[in-house]
Amino acid sequence: MTLSPLKMKRTHSVKNVIEGAIKACLIASSAIAVLVTVGIIFSLIIQSVRFFSEVSFFDFLFGIEWKPQSVTEIGGGKVSGVFGAVPLFVGTFLISFIALLVAGPFGIFSAIYLSEYAGDRKRALIKPALEILAGVPTVVYGFFAAIVIAPNIRGLGSALGFNVAAEAAISAGIVMGVMIIPLVSSIVDDVISAVPISLKEGAIGLGATRSETVRHVILPAALPGIAGGMLLAASRAVGETMIVVMAAGLAAQLSFNPLEAVTTVTVQIVLALTGDQEFDSAKTLVAFALGLTLFIVTLTFNLLGNWIVNRYKEAYD
Amino acid sequence: MVTYTVNEDNNPDTVKAKIIVDKVSVAYGDHLALNDIALDIISNKVTALIGPSGCGKTTFLRCINRMNDLIGSCKVTGSILLDGYDIYAPEVDVEVLRRKVGMVFQKPNPFPKSIYDNIAYGVKIHGLASDKEELDAIVEQSLVRAGLFEEVADRLDVSGTSLSGGQQQRLCIARAIAISPDVILMDEPCSALDPIATAKIEELIHELKERYTIVIVTHSMQQAARVSDYTAFFHEGDLVEKGETSALFTNPNDKRTEAYITGRIG
Amino acid sequence: MTNKPHPLSMASLPGLDKRYRAEKRFKFAGVLAVFSSLAFLGFLIVAIALKSAGAFQTYEVEILVKKEKYLELRDQPFIFLQSTMRYNLSGVVNGQAMREAVNMVVDGAEIDLLDHIENLQQNTRADGLGSYSVWVTLSNRVVSALSKQDIGTNLTARQQAWVEGWVANNKVRQRFNVGFLTNGDSRDPERAGIGSALVGSAFMLLVCMVLSFGVGILAAIYLEEFAPKNKYTVFLEVNINNLATVPSIIFGLLGLSVFLNLFGLPRSAAIVGGMVLALMTMPTIIIASRLALQSVPLSIREAAFSVGASPLQTVFHHVLPLALPGMLTGTILGMARAIGETAPLLMIGMLAFIVEAPDNIFDPASVLPVQIFLWAESPERGFEEKTAAAIIVLLAFLLVMNLTAIILRKKLEKKW
Ligand SMILES: Nc1ncnc2c1ncn2[C@@H]1O[C@H](COP(=O)(O)OP(=O)(O)O)[C@@H](O)[C@H]1O
Ligand SMILES: [Mg+2]
Repeated sequence: MTLSPLKMKRTHSVKNVIEGAIKACLIASSAIAVLVTVGIIFSLIIQSVRFFSEVSFFDFLFGIEWKPQSVTEIGGGKVSGVFGAVPLFVGTFLISFIALLVAGPFGIFSAIYLSEYAGDRKRALIKPALEILAGVPTVVYGFFAAIVIAPNIRGLGSALGFNVAAEAAISAGIVMGVMIIPLVSSIVDDVISAVPISLKEGAIGLGATRSETVRHVILPAALPGIAGGMLLAASRAVGETMIVVMAAGLAAQLSFNPLEAVTTVTVQIVLALTGDQEFDSAKTLVAFALGLTLFIVTLTFNLLGNWIVNRYKEAYD
Repeated sequence: MVTYTVNEDNNPDTVKAKIIVDKVSVAYGDHLALNDIALDIISNKVTALIGPSGCGKTTFLRCINRMNDLIGSCKVTGSILLDGYDIYAPEVDVEVLRRKVGMVFQKPNPFPKSIYDNIAYGVKIHGLASDKEELDAIVEQSLVRAGLFEEVADRLDVSGTSLSGGQQQRLCIARAIAISPDVILMDEPCSALDPIATAKIEELIHELKERYTIVIVTHSMQQAARVSDYTAFFHEGDLVEKGETSALFTNPNDKRTEAYITGRIG
Repeated sequence: MTNKPHPLSMASLPGLDKRYRAEKRFKFAGVLAVFSSLAFLGFLIVAIALKSAGAFQTYEVEILVKKEKYLELRDQPFIFLQSTMRYNLSGVVNGQAMREAVNMVVDGAEIDLLDHIENLQQNTRADGLGSYSVWVTLSNRVVSALSKQDIGTNLTARQQAWVEGWVANNKVRQRFNVGFLTNGDSRDPERAGIGSALVGSAFMLLVCMVLSFGVGILAAIYLEEFAPKNKYTVFLEVNINNLATVPSIIFGLLGLSVFLNLFGLPRSAAIVGGMVLALMTMPTIIIASRLALQSVPLSIREAAFSVGASPLQTVFHHVLPLALPGMLTGTILGMARAIGETAPLLMIGMLAFIVEAPDNIFDPASVLPVQIFLWAESPERGFEEKTAAAIIVLLAFLLVMNLTAIILRKKLEKKW
């Protein structure tokens, strides 16, 4: 059999090998992303399993007392630490909720202003300026929350006759909310621009004012997308660490009061791993159980949020 | 209502001109989309705007209810009088203008609300009904006039978007007439519809002209011939020829008009 | 025309004025939302900048040291300092006065004195006669008295008199605090600087950039140019997009259990920090690089194919060079995120008290954001302005990086 003249000759095989190797490199590089995910899941699960061999799963998930440093004696054996994570979940929820209360209105109204009122010129200036808020490192926000916002809120509280804790949930929540404003604003902006212009024109053509168009037509149509966007923002808030480490409480307290100090899942992860304890105790392993919980919650929020936003956008394609 | 003498090519001695367009030019940035247009739109008649795509029909239509205000780069010069009043005068409020000059769009665009709410929306924002009964009556009457009532009477609470294309477009017409405008602008209202739905809309236009002045953009010569009393032919931003539909179609004055209606351009 | 109201004006539509007011309110709410967000940002920056001001400048006093005293006492630094202060200040007659005299200059001023004199000796030949003039940093207490212009608050009467004497004789000068940018961390706020942390950050950023840029663009090339569209690559994409939203602290946990516990890499080292941050920024860089590849027109690829280039040659010789600026922009923005990241570094032990700058990527290192965190948590008041100043430096770096990215992007836009 003779080789087709269009087929590469054998002398090219070195080149083939090199091309093959480069391709293998490319594939390996993309596979790292999967490897990272697998690594995250496995390391979290393995260490969590070790943790749950010492602490009951139900006590962790539903217990309302969080005292990792305490030592109790039960039937001769020593059990160190009480790991009921509910106060942490509540604290995380409370601070994230406050953050969304800030980021929601400010983000949504900024997006409405940018997409409906600002015009191209102002938009080109304001949008990047808002993005700066998302680019400020969280450790900076943490410092600002602890040094500037918290004392002011405290002062304001006592002037109004409220007793505000030094590390009140509200200070961390507000600052975190400001950090998330650009995220909310850009998602809502996307979502609003996905509303077909013909709908808008329908309302304007009937003699509706701009705000009537926004309130009666655009926002209702965009609502599912906005809800999805808020889920994405919630995921960001729940996983935020530095702001709460620096401005929220360290001790667990089961409270829904924004003026009290509560602690969060991320704060306790940091506390568990920055002490000088040995690595194998439940006190440190609990960080991974908390990390796993955090991972599952944020992943769920993100997948759900993206799914809602995408499905909503497709509906108008 | 003011009475005007119309230009000589609309021969009858005196007919009521609802809208008088004079020396209107429109530019999008540097691009001149309409060049020195003059046209009278006669009360309670159907005026068809025809011409190859991109010639400026939509632009012209959207000048009449100032929808072009939404486009930042769009600049309109000249005068457009509605009942003798300049609609671009500074004291004009566009919301009032658009209440009087309704619009039906190329693609049906019902709101994602119930059929009832679609029609009630304009009535509500303008405060045209004093109570629920009056509102109900307006909704029903609009649906009747749009020829949709019998088809949807038992399901006014279903979403407007669940209707068929032809029904959606009639819903949009009902929505437009619910706020009792004087003029209805229609931008290729049948281009997204099948022939049966198109026939229904054409029939409807015929009935509507008793009450309303209608301006319709169409790219179908047959449709223009069927539904309109007057026709204006646009070409590359110029208003080439205007006149009674029968005359324009049988005996065009301009070469370009002739070429277009015989199918050689466009 | 007539005196009647224009039929198209709001007079002819009852209730329209009310609607217009609602319109105004609504627009105002939008303006307010934008304005207050930006005002918060401005407030944050101004508040921190104001707090930081003191850390960037330092006050020094000119001290005269007799050569023979230096030669005699240089092995007993503190006694040397005491004798020098006695020589320079009048009325140091008892133990209390001596304590006050020594408190006029920064803690450990004796070491500074000796260092300075050694430097002077290398430059000028010492002949055993005359005296040296040395500038020594003033203590915090004196500085705050000087900068607040009310000398009385924290100083004793004697100290006030000394300060006034110095000021009157022009012996006090104000200088840019170079030490803040070059020193390592210290327990003493007057001496603490971000020098070591800057070196640590540079090492870490280097590791992070090499890894995430390398892997990021290779992965982007594969996904954009070679990957078949099947469920595996879709999974890969979903995976990458989701990684971009995983909380940063989770990456820290990954680094702790894999890089430290499994691979046995050193705690607190730039290499581990860089690796963790690389994993974190990689998804962002992949996403940006894919966009850059997408923006290269198809015609370039067709031209390369038409002269017989293989797909790999096409990509590496023709497409990649054109996409590279866009990829760089994405990478710089990724690095700008990484440089301020703190939480995952705490997980890998990067919060030890480290004075020396690292010599290589395996040395224990401190980095700028962690330094900020440590100072912010420090109870000592003097660290507050240091924290603020370190933040200003960090923000300045971010500004430079973002401006670079913007300029790069502008250049790109012109080309296409
Ligand atoms: N929003 C716009 N911005 C810029 N140019 C436009 C815009 N709308 C229409 N044009 C231009 O104006 C001209 C007339 O368009 P149009 O009125 O839509 O024509 P027709 O409806 O007859 O097809 C076209 O050349 C079109 O490109
Ligand atoms: Mg058109």
